[in-house]
Amino acid sequence: MKQKIFIRDLLDLPGDIDLRLTALTGEIGLDKEIEVADVNRPGLTLSGFYDFFASDRIQIFGKGENAYLDSLSSADAEKSLAKFFEYDVFCCVFTHNVFPSKMFIDLARKKNIPVMVTELNTTQFISQVTHIVEEAQAPVVSIHGTLADVYGFGCLIMGKSGVGKSETALELIERGHRLVADDIVEIKRIEDSMLVGQGSPIIKHHIEIRGLGIINVREVFGIRSVRNSKRIEIIVTLEEWDSNKSYDRLGIDEKHFSILGIDVPHIVIPVRPGRNIPVIVETAALNQRLKKMGVHSARELDKRLQDWMKMESNRNG
Amino acid sequence: MVEKEFVVQSDAGIHARPASMLVKLAMGFPCEVFIEKDGVEANAKSIMGVLSLAITQGSKLIIRAVGEKEEEACTQLLELFKSDFK
Repeated sequence: MKQKIFIRDLLDLPGDIDLRLTALTGEIGLDKEIEVADVNRPGLTLSGFYDFFASDRIQIFGKGENAYLDSLSSADAEKSLAKFFEYDVFCCVFTHNVFPSKMFIDLARKKNIPVMVTELNTTQFISQVTHIVEEAQAPVVSIHGTLADVYGFGCLIMGKSGVGKSETALELIERGHRLVADDIVEIKRIEDSMLVGQGSPIIKHHIEIRGLGIINVREVFGIRSVRNSKRIEIIVTLEEWDSNKSYDRLGIDEKHFSILGIDVPHIVIPVRPGRNIPVIVETAALNQRLKKMGVHSARELDKRLQDWMKMESNRNG
Repeated sequence: MVEKEFVVQSDAGIHARPASMLVKLAMGFPCEVFIEKDGVEANAKSIMGVLSLAITQGSKLIIRAVGEKEEEACTQLLELFKSDFK
């Protein structure tokens, strides 16, 4: 599922980012959906070259465009802008807090095209708006599981209802790790290369423990026990021990689990009374970190064994 | 797999108590049961899942059951919604 973002959303963004935008054309066109994250600098277009004019993107009027429009006589500027607005222009943003001429606003208003001004400079605005739109449009999926930050490594714990995901999370919190989300994890694919998970806004940082009910982790364990979002770097599936199934004893081959088309290292941990699952999850996270740094425990032991066997056979032969 | 689509009539919405009734009922079935609202699916056996959907009057829901006794699970959950959780 993909999410939508509208021009109106840019004016009032949740979180820390503020584009410092003001709409100059009132409510006009604010409900248009932003479909492409790319922007366009219409310098060439204004000077009369209309091939490849990407009118469906946000048009950025920076210092260059403004200087060009200022250099024209008012008749020439009107001619240039009249041609410009013949196209179905998506919206115009003026950077550096430079306000467009009244003629510009009147022409845009006639065609129902929103015009905005930002206090940011052109580079800042372009990089931030691209980032915001890309993130808003990132494909999202919601998964039944628990996400925790274990030694700085995003660990997604999956498994059937009642297998002990929440209890594992509780023990991880108690051991100093952080909870991101319990039960429902909203996962976003960002820049086609990584998965970032967070909790649903309503039940954020709450956890349900059979017998206790709903616990507010942030209030009970304090601010150090939670975080808002985390990149998912390992997936751990808990399942009830099945004596007919053979479990990985070596860990030489890496298995993966695919979410939104991205493969994440995956391990399956059989649950049985007496197995300390949180410690196993911790160790899995540490081992995965080690692998990422180029140390592969199982493969290295195997290599040592093979070297030793070679030596032995040379001695005997 | 059995699916049932309907619109919630209960005017109080599915807050904590109705959600716990719903989960209790779903837990009684061996099959997997899901509730979907606006493209977001939650496990009906998980209280947090059901709460996170924030189901209100007029919400369009799909109840989906997969496995043993799926038909019965769907019917009974639907009846619980219709009974207004009383």
